[in-house]
Amino acid sequence: MTLYFLIPLGATFYWSLRGKKDVLGFEAYRKLFADTNFLPSFSQSMVNAVATIFLSLLIVVPTAYWVTLRLPKLRPVIEFITLLPFVIPAVVLVFAIILLYSRPPLLLTATYDSSRVVLICMYVALSFPYMFRSVDNGLRAIDVRTLTEAAQSLGANWVTILFRVIFPNLRVALLSGALLTFAIVIGELTIALYMAQHTLGPYMADLTRSKVYEPSAMAIVAFAITWAAMGIIDFVGRGASRHAQMTDSD
Amino acid sequence: MFLIGPTLILAYRSLEGSEGGLTFDNYRQLASDAVISSYGMSIKISLTTAILGGLIGFLIAWVVSRGGLPPRFRLITTTFSGVAANFAGVPLATAFVFTLGRVGLITALFKWLGVDLYKSGFSLYSFLGLTLVYLYFQMPLMVLTILPALDGLKREWREAAENLGATPFQYWRHVALPVLMPSILGTMILLFGNAFGAHATAYALTGGLFDLATLLIGRQISGDVLHNPGLGYAVAMGMVLIMAFLIFFVYLPLQRRSEKWLK
Repeated sequence: MTLYFLIPLGATFYWSLRGKKDVLGFEAYRKLFADTNFLPSFSQSMVNAVATIFLSLLIVVPTAYWVTLRLPKLRPVIEFITLLPFVIPAVVLVFAIILLYSRPPLLLTATYDSSRVVLICMYVALSFPYMFRSVDNGLRAIDVRTLTEAAQSLGANWVTILFRVIFPNLRVALLSGALLTFAIVIGELTIALYMAQHTLGPYMADLTRSKVYEPSAMAIVAFAITWAAMGIIDFVGRGASRHAQMTDSD
Repeated sequence: MFLIGPTLILAYRSLEGSEGGLTFDNYRQLASDAVISSYGMSIKISLTTAILGGLIGFLIAWVVSRGGLPPRFRLITTTFSGVAANFAGVPLATAFVFTLGRVGLITALFKWLGVDLYKSGFSLYSFLGLTLVYLYFQMPLMVLTILPALDGLKREWREAAENLGATPFQYWRHVALPVLMPSILGTMILLFGNAFGAHATAYALTGGLFDLATLLIGRQISGDVLHNPGLGYAVAMGMVLIMAFLIFFVYLPLQRRSEKWLK
């Protein structure tokens, strides 16, 4: 079982070291980073990912907070929405979006930049389930009601409560939701491909068809990024649970 | 706004004929051989990887949750599952091309041993090959989602069963499995949906030419050769309806049953 998971990585890594004939080395990586298309698409994906995370947090945290505190009746509706990305595959969604937003009155796919905004909004929609689960778990772990009432009795308004009480208390949950979103958005192919966006996903697909050794280097880089995101989630999560245990034993 | 609205438009446009006006023509074309075969292939791959990935993933999760292994082992398994479950798409396809593709490492190894995989009928770009690739993210997803349910099995249940003289087999057969069954089946449905809607991995692997419903949609709507958007929309709506049925009439009821025990 372990072999099944490790061999593809090993094989890819081995190929990625063979950029130069008969010598093992990092030639393929050097070529990859030197490619004029690599950095622009990489940075574009980075910006998309960060924008997605930012918007998603801004929408999900208040929603989850509100649902937990005030409107538990809405919970089934939210859970319904978190299942939608499973019901509507990405490839279906992207064409539906193009249909809806490609003609007046909602002409939003006319230019590259406006398409990019639509793309980011779709990523926000796709990230919703992951973000909501993380935030919801985080909210369950803290006593939202008491915190809110304490803040209110000290004269805080809703914005202050959200940004100065709830957000800081959810640090770990927010970070794991954010990194999960990051891992999904950074290499996303389907939606970006049909929206004709020059992000990392389509770039990688292109690379696979046109080059020999660089794709393996690219795959290793992508794997390292995913691994880093997940590693941080785990690391921070463990730190938090240790912290919680310490406060428990006090 | 970005999920439901577009789907409604899609439903409407799938009913629109090539010269305008409302018609069921596009849906009638769903009965053609090409469409049926790609739906068939999609369902076959999704079912296979959901069941296989589900079973193997469950076994891994069971070994991990049973304890007795160093705690480090559990940590590595869960972190790696997190990585692998999100490692779909182009990089995954690339990794498998370098492993089992025509010049892949394993292919070369077999050749060295005197077996030519590709001459003996194997191909990465076939049902078997794609299944192997999909399992790479299906199994870890199963591990991640089923582990909380396994952890939710109460120690008291096992002790009660043992006190009543049950063998481990009887405990699993009459206590643990009935409690876990809704979670297991529910997660398998998520796996099914995961494979059913998967597009990026197959696209990167086969350049969009394989006989899958998701790839067919892409070809019909934005392809150069087969250009019939109406049919593409109808195929897309078909997928949405299949998944909606599975999620709302199978997954959600199962979910409700499993929550009963995990409180």
